[in-house]
Formats: sequence, C-alpha cells, structure tokens
Amino acid sequence: MIRLTINNQEVEVPEGTNLLTAIERCGLRVPTLCYHKALTPYGACRLCVVEVHAPGRAPTVQASCSYPALEGISVFTDTERVRRARKITAELLLARCPDSEVIQRIAAEYGVHEPRIKKKYDDCVYCGLCVRMCQERMGRSAIGFTGRGPRKKLEPPFGKHNPMCWTCGACDFICPVGKKVRSLTSPNIPIPILNPYNMGLNERPAVSIYYPQAIPNKPAIDPQGCVHLKYNACGICDVVCEAKAIRYDQKDETIQLNVGAVILSPGYDIFEPKANNDLGYGRYPNVITSLQFERILSPSGPYGGMVLRPSDLQPPKRIAFIQCVGSRDYERDYCSAVCCMYATKEAIIAKEHAGEDLQCDIFFMDIRAFSKGFEAYYETARKLGVNYIRCRVPKVEEVPETKNLRITYLTDDDRKVSKEYDLVVLSVGMQPPRSVRQIAETFGVRLNQFGFCETSVFSPVETGREGIYVAGPFTEPKDIPETVSQASAAAAKVMALLGEARGSLIAPTVYPPEIDVRGQEPRVGVFVCHCGTNIASVVNVPAVVEYARTLPGVVYAENNLYTCSNDSLERIKQKIKEYGLNRVVVASCTPRTHEALFRSAVRAAGLNPYYFEMANIREHCSWVHSHEPEKATEKAKDLVRMAVAKVKLNDPLYPRPLKVCHDALVIGGGLAGMTAALALADQGFTVHLVEKEAQLGGYLRRMYYLLSGEDPQAALRRLIATVTAHPNIRVYTNAKLVEVKGSLGNFESKIAVGGNGMTQEIRHGVIIVATGAETYRPTEFLYGQDDRVMLHQELEERIAANGFKAKSVAFIQCVGSRNKERPYCSRTCCSETIKHALKLKELDPDAQVYVLYREMRTYGFRETYYTKARKLGVAFIRYADDRPPTVVNHNGKLSVIVRDETLGETIQLLVDHVILAAATIPRDENKELAQLLKIPLSEDKFFLEAHRKLRPLDFATDGIFLCGNAHSPLDIEEVISQALGAAARAATILSKDTIELEPTISHVVTENCDGCAYCVDPCPFKAITLVEYQVNGETKKRVEVNEAICKGCGTCMATCPKKAIYVWHFRPEQLLAEVRAALGLAV
Amino acid sequence: MSEKQFEPLIITFCCYWCAYAGADLAGTSRIQYPPNIRIIRVQCTGMIHPNFVIEALTNGADGVLICGCHPGDCHYLEGNLRAKARAEAIELMLEDFGLEPERFRLEWVSASEAQRFAQVVTEMVEQVRRLGPSPYRMAV
Repeated sequence: MIRLTINNQEVEVPEGTNLLTAIERCGLRVPTLCYHKALTPYGACRLCVVEVHAPGRAPTVQASCSYPALEGISVFTDTERVRRARKITAELLLARCPDSEVIQRIAAEYGVHEPRIKKKYDDCVYCGLCVRMCQERMGRSAIGFTGRGPRKKLEPPFGKHNPMCWTCGACDFICPVGKKVRSLTSPNIPIPILNPYNMGLNERPAVSIYYPQAIPNKPAIDPQGCVHLKYNACGICDVVCEAKAIRYDQKDETIQLNVGAVILSPGYDIFEPKANNDLGYGRYPNVITSLQFERILSPSGPYGGMVLRPSDLQPPKRIAFIQCVGSRDYERDYCSAVCCMYATKEAIIAKEHAGEDLQCDIFFMDIRAFSKGFEAYYETARKLGVNYIRCRVPKVEEVPETKNLRITYLTDDDRKVSKEYDLVVLSVGMQPPRSVRQIAETFGVRLNQFGFCETSVFSPVETGREGIYVAGPFTEPKDIPETVSQASAAAAKVMALLGEARGSLIAPTVYPPEIDVRGQEPRVGVFVCHCGTNIASVVNVPAVVEYARTLPGVVYAENNLYTCSNDSLERIKQKIKEYGLNRVVVASCTPRTHEALFRSAVRAAGLNPYYFEMANIREHCSWVHSHEPEKATEKAKDLVRMAVAKVKLNDPLYPRPLKVCHDALVIGGGLAGMTAALALADQGFTVHLVEKEAQLGGYLRRMYYLLSGEDPQAALRRLIATVTAHPNIRVYTNAKLVEVKGSLGNFESKIAVGGNGMTQEIRHGVIIVATGAETYRPTEFLYGQDDRVMLHQELEERIAANGFKAKSVAFIQCVGSRNKERPYCSRTCCSETIKHALKLKELDPDAQVYVLYREMRTYGFRETYYTKARKLGVAFIRYADDRPPTVVNHNGKLSVIVRDETLGETIQLLVDHVILAAATIPRDENKELAQLLKIPLSEDKFFLEAHRKLRPLDFATDGIFLCGNAHSPLDIEEVISQALGAAARAATILSKDTIELEPTISHVVTENCDGCAYCVDPCPFKAITLVEYQVNGETKKRVEVNEAICKGCGTCMATCPKKAIYVWHFRPEQLLAEVRAALGLAV
Repeated sequence: MSEKQFEPLIITFCCYWCAYAGADLAGTSRIQYPPNIRIIRVQCTGMIHPNFVIEALTNGADGVLICGCHPGDCHYLEGNLRAKARAEAIELMLEDFGLEPERFRLEWVSASEAQRFAQVVTEMVEQVRRLGPSPYRMAV
C-alpha cells in the first residue's frame, strides 16, 4: 500500500493507483475531460492538474490522471497555482469548442465565460476517448488520429467508412462534447434497444433497471444488446461498478420447488393490432395502442408525462380513441371489459395534462361502464367534454404530408362525416397470454374456446385439477378490483388446502436483549456513505464527516464506501459497542429502501431500532444537484445536522402485540356470507354466521337457471347442507347484530336471535359484511298495476314452475338504474335479460322477443350470449337516455312505444308481457350497520371499501371486510370470488396468535388534554373517543386512542390546540428540531 | 457571474407515501433542481400543524412547501384534504405575521411524479427568490 496525503488528509491506496483515483477515493473532485476509469490514462486535456509536493523537491503541477500515487508525497487539488493552470486550459478549450455545454460549465467554474483568443468552433477536443474506447475496449481501432500538430485530425483510416466498425455507438456515447464520431466510421445507424416497458416508444441501455419501481430494483444486462456478451468486448460496466456486482456468467437457471398448491396468474397479452391492417397500426407512426398511450401519459413514461405524438414529438390537439380493437369481433366474440373505462380515463388524464382544449373523441359500440363508480366517472368525462361517438370505425387513413389521420364515419342520423386527428389510440383488447398453450399443457388445465382458462360459475378459481388454482384475466378479461378479489379467493382455496403447513417455513430472527439507554446523554454515531461514486462524486464526503464530528452530541463519525454492505453493518455494530453509542445516523440513500436494514443492524447491537435516523444525501442531494458539488455538500451537512437533531429526541418504541381471537363473525347468510363462512371454516376457524331471515340462501333462492347452464338450486342446496353440517360454523337465523364493541382481533358483539328479545354474546377477531342488496320495486311501466308486467325474478319463478307462456315479450333495461336518483349501473341486468331472452327462445323459437336498451353491457364472455341472442332473432332496440319507452294497456294487449335510435323512428310493439330489468339497490339497513361498525357508505349507499382498485374487500378500519352485493351489484361468479377473497383477507388476521401493530401511532398527553374533542371527528379511522375520568372527586374529560385502530396519520396532532396528542416518532418537538436544525439554529 | 444572487432556504414537508417517494424518484431519474430545499419526512400532510409552518417561517425559513398525495390517493384516506383545508387557514395566518402568501405552498405530488416534484421545487425557489429573504431571517 502507498501512503500519501491529499489536501492534508492521509490516504492509503494500492500501488499503481493514479492520483486522480486516489483523489476521488477521498470524496474530492477534480475536473477532467479525457479521463475514463475503464481506459488508459492519456493526460490530454490537462484539466485534472494538481500540485505535487515530493519530499526534498520543488512543488510541481502534474496531470493527476497519469501521475502515480507515490509514497510520502503531498497533493493539493485546489491551490492558486492549480486553479490558474486550469483556468488557462479551460479558456483554451472553450476557444476551441465554444458551443460545448460541458466545457462552458467547466470554464464557468474557473470564471471564464468568454475566451480572450479567437474561437475555432471545432467539434473535437482531441481527448482521445473515442479512439481509446474503440481500440482498448472494442478491439476494433476503427477510428484514430491522423496528422500532427495543427493538422491533427480525428478520422478512420484513409478517411473512409471502416468495415472494422461494429456500429456499436460507444464512440458517440463517450464523446464529452457530443461529436457524431460514429458517422465518420460507419454508414450504418446503431439499432436502438427499444424499451419494452414503455412499449417501444423510447430506448434503453444494454444494462438497465427494467422500470423505476421494478422489484428487485437492480439492473440487468440485456444479452441481445450487450457487446460483451455478444463479442466478448467492452466490459466497461464491470470496471465502473465499484461494488463489483457485474456478473457476465449469470445464466437462466432451472429451480425445483416443492409446493403444495399452484396459483396460475399469468395475466394477459394485448391484442396485436397489426393483424387489423385497416387501422394502420405499425404503418402510421401516430396510430398507437392504448397501452402505449398509457405510457405516454405516465410521468415515468417515454416523454416524462407530456402528451406528445410519436412522429414529431409535438402535442396533439385532436385525439381519437377507437374501441373494441380485438374485442367483440368475429374471431373474438367476447368483450374485454376494461377498454371503455381505460379509454375514458386516458381521455380525462390527457385533457388534464394537455389542457381542456384537447379534443378527445371516443368511437364506441356500447359504453360499458358497469363497475362500481364507473357510470359516475363516465358522466364526469362527458361533462369534461370527452366526445363519445357511436360507430365502429372501419378504417384509418394517413394524411402523408402532416402524418395526421383521417377517420370517416356515419353519424347517428346517417350523415357521412370525415374528421382529421393528430393521434389515434386503439383500445386494444385482452387476449390469453401467448404462452397459454404451454401453461395449459404443463399444469393440465382446460382452456375455453377463446384460449382463456376454463372455470365454472360456482368454482371461479378452480381449474378442475386439484391443487391448481387460477386468478386474474387468465380466466376472463377483467379489471383490477375483480383481479385482486379473485387473487385473494385463490389464496383462500390454497389456505384451506395447506392450512396446517402455515408458517412452518418461517425462521424468526433472534436479537440480543435490548439495552436501556433512557436518561443517558445522547451519544450519536454518524456513518456517511460514499455509495461508490453515487454520493462521493458530488458531495465531499470527508468534509461531511468532519462537520458531523463538530455537532453537539456526536461522539463518532466515519465514512464508508458502502454503508449498506455487510462489513459496514458489522462496523456499525462494532462502533456502537466501542463508543457506547446510543443513537445512530446513517447519511446515505432513502429510508424507503434501506431503513429496515439499518434498523435491524442497530437492534442487533442491542439498541432500540427507533434510535436511528437516515439523512437522504443521495436521492435528495447528490443525484439531484450533480452539477453543484459545493452546494450539495452544504446541503448534505444540513441534512446530517437535521437527522442528528431529531435522533437525539427519539424514543425507544416497540411494536404492540395484540392477542387475536380466532373466531369470525359473518353478517349475512346469502351466497356471499355462506361462501365466506365456509372458506374460513375449512381453514379451521370458528365462524358465527348471522342471517336475518328464517333460512339461509338469500337472493340465490330465487334463481333457477343460469346463462352457463348450471343449476343454481342444486348448488345452493349443496352449499346450505355443507354450511349447516360444518362443525366450525354456527348458524344464527332470524338473527340481527345489535351491538359491537372492541376492534381488530378482539370484537365483542351481541346478536338478537329469534326476535324474542333473546341476545347472545360472541367474541370474534374479524367481521365480514355480506348483507347483500335488494331489488328495486318499480312504480313505472304499469308495474304493480298489470300482472303482465314483471321483474326478472318473477319471470324466472314462473318459467321454473312451467307457468309461463307468451308469444311476444318486451324487456325494458335500466329500470331504476342510471337515472338521477340512482346514477349507477346495476351491472347484471343486461346479462340477466339475455339469459331470459335465450330461455324464451328455447321454450318457443317463434316467440317475439324485444330488448329495449340504452347500452348492452354484456362484458367478458357474456358477450357470446348476446351474439347468440341476436342470431336467434331477439330484436334489440336502443332508446336514448332521455327518451324512455312508455307502456300502456292497448285493447287488452300491452303496448310499448319507443323511439328506436338506430332507425330514428318511433315504433309501437304490442306484446303479451313486459319484463323490467329493475335496479339492484342497497339495503335500507346499510345505514344502521354502517353506524354500528363505524364503516362508510358510498354515495350510492353501498358499503365503501378502503381502496376502489387495490383493496376492494377491506374496509379502512382494520379487521372488517366486505363481499357480495353489499359492495356493489355483482353476478354469482363475482360474488363467490369476493366472498372467498374476503375470507382470505380475514384469515391474514385470524391465522396469527398476536398481531404486531406499528408503534408510530397517536399518544394522548393527559395533562394537556381538556377534552375539547376537536380531534375526534377528523380522525379518518374513528380511533379517538372522548372519555370521562375522575381526579380528586372531580369529573374531567379527555380523549382516548384505540391503539388497535390508529394508523398514526397525525390528523389529530395537527388539529389539537393544546399539544395534547402526538404521533410517536413525529412528535412536534422532533419535527421542530428538524426545522430549527435546517435553519442552522441551536436545537 | 456578477452579483451573488439570493439563495432562499425552503423547508419542505413531504408525506412519506407519495411526495417523499416522488422526490426519491427525481433522484433515481437524476432530474436536477435547485439545492435550496430541506425535506422533512412526515407520515401524512394531515399531521402538519399550522404552527409548524408559522414557526419555520418566523424562525427564518424563506419559504415552506408542503407536498402530499393527490386527492383520493391519501394513504390515510383524507389527510391531504385536511392539509388543504388548513392551507387556507395558514394563508390567513401569514398575513397576521406580515409574510407574503407566496412564501407558503401546498402541492400534490405522486410517487411517480419525479418531474413534477422537480418543477414544483424549481418554481417555489424562483418564487421565493423574487420575494427576497424572509423578514424574520435578519431578526434571528
């Protein structure tokens, strides 16, 4: 090892290290243009000069890149002499290449803004990086210098394109001034590696992190684009990576796993629209898929979230969305279920990003806004000016001069209109994954006619092969909430199968006993990370360490090359012991990725893990201020000072263990409640199933046949028999929940049973709400006045009892749905109508069946039956939203008068029966139950889940779950998925003996609290209650926090006028200490 | 460079679930913004007592920026909406303290909006730079 000093700091480096490397290792920076770690030093630019003091010799100025680190020398990187030398060099370089931003920036650092000598406007600084790159790393020597002195020139041999050139583009990449070197050596253009995450809309390097949130968040090498893997050249990433993490020899491995069950969730692929050549995808640059447009709208997308079109990167002013591309066609007779809403969403977001003037036209067949909250969203889109045009677009033509696109279509009133757009987005449908055949063969599962995995209505996550379950769009095109529910459902099935093995592979971490340091003066240790060069190339790390040592309370500080490496973690533990540290600060990256790691190291050394803080000097400093090293260093010092100020005030905190009662309460004994109860009981938990009526079954008791042909009554009988016979299920009929106390893990409830005043008390750990919904009783269309006007279920009961005969029937859709009073879609009625229409046609093929509809919402595979109904001659008549049909008694026949929007004429139908597709409506009792359980209702008065997309079955209140029609109108398959899913969610709690709750929750300071209760209402989790207590015979009031419910959001803390409530770890003193430290004030 | 321009110091409260992550992504994406902010991590913008903002400003901060989740995205359901309601109160308080309303700003930044975070910070720094140092800065 060689020992030398750099700016009076002692350094040890291996022999053969050049000075520049030694300087960088100290966290210092010198400017350079011609140095690259992976290439032989060249000493060409002379910017990296430093002053070298060798013992017994006069100081000299040397280029640090090509001067070796020698024993005993002293190096100074920033003396007056050095600065003068660099200033002259920078001025000369600026005169040569005045347009180079890199040189301008370096020159400006030395105070040169205008060179005093004549500008040459050259595009080459003769640094030789490209020449060395091509020769040393690529082994090609396709480019070199010719001539000498003023005639020196960068060119390939004989000045001609060189066949040795691979067109790898490394020369262009490494050129500091942006010269187009590659064009000198090759007529070819490097083939870009298109970024698949951004759907090929931009490029990515041959080694990259797949996308910003990728897990694991580590880069990988693309073997197709890597010059090293292809030609055994380059290898620069290996030299540059300080952590020595590059492994070129890694190969795909085959791993054998022994598992008890398999869940198949391979997702879907989008329809490849090149197959439909008339829409111009792949031919016209401005025809893109909806997924490409999704990426364009994304802030992490190819254009940083700006709405631009690919051909010229200009903002489009008119966008057309074409629906049903690859859905609802001859070959794919199914609806992809998500496209209407994603197109609507994309149109709204595009308008948000680009301004309201952006014209968004959506060409559609039916707008299928059938899910919870979707109809309201569709209305919002219309109000925001998104135009919906009912037409299946046959063709898109390009205007060659502008690359704009022309769509010709027929309007509702049969006029031919031609419109020009700047961008066309194809709403591509969902297809089975391309590997579907292989998956099916490997796992022995059946596929349906479209290639999706076949399941049945009453077992939506089972494949027919035991132990193999399925979830997501692999079974049918579906949206996020349905996918999430189904995934939980599959988990429930697996847990029933493998319940006994639960937790058997978990090895608990064992820590030493914790040292009590309360009452001790803070002794803070600060560890500042170089992160290789990620931090140290910008922030002067040694200076930050020096500064940290001066902070009050800091007894130890050091720098580490990688603080997160195993040896550094060991050092932290060792230093805690050596210096008796009782607080630790790590200044490195973001706590979001590394806090848990450091906390566990601190805990392993015997300290409470909350005696730890991070200063984020990478993501929030070196990476975002890379051109301002001095300011970044100052900021890093501030961030360390803030972290030290806070950590001194930190408290030891402990996760709160909460004992869990393993029983469940399920409210509602319909399909949802019974399915959920059975799923939990099968996992070994005791379930209390409460049904308000005298018998189990709910709405399903009124269903006699299904679209798919299965027998619902047989399935229901089986289910009821299994539930009532199950040893783990207690069924309470004629029962009602009247009182609930407690919270997550420990509820105590009273159930009134039998309606005779008798109540029963039960203890349980979770609650599942499965109370179902009701059917709207219409007052319109003569319902209730004329027996021939019926609801779906009345028709179904009549048919089941062989008591229905009719020659002509008219169905009226959206009765009580999608109106002012109930602005939501009831989702199931279109498919129910199709079911009955097909049944009527089956009973009597000559029967006249009319369906009066606004949009047919037969999503997913229900579309196939819609097609079948049309083929069988069912007449579909579309009426306008504001022109509902009328029904009158006309000489003994029912007369239905409706304006047919497709024909543009008003017609009269004389029919035997009118069947109303009445809305599914929330129960009146929902309000009462919502108050009892302190859970919210949506605007439509169904229960409101924690998150529409990602937590469809959870309430925001922990320990309470939701499924079935109480959530929103659903069909049988969806109800079962949700019920199984809710059971799986509940089992995440029931399966534990204790739950560890986050300690960072609210705490009441009793002395300060006067019971004003300002904090009670704002608490989003209803975790705060006002209580009375006695002090010296006096009754006082204060608030109390339910620790099992509190999430630590701190809304209470910001509401409190008396500083009487705070969140642990974010106490006002701690936050204000950070503020004061940031401002440089004494803390 | 002729005259050294005024460099404001801006205390920035970021909620941990959205804005803090957005600021992290700005780092990972190497998006550059002025080094004038000091980020303080909070669980939710809903936990920021108006007094924190006022104390920061009266202790010499030139500006205070609060960044939280977009409406509807709050990890704690509606903390950000509470913050929004309080922001209006804070603006009134600023007047009482003789501070310009432009010294305070509440913005929504999602975890994926790195560009937006950088833009918000850049705008805020420029905005406060134009106002000049906080009147309380000299006093402290």
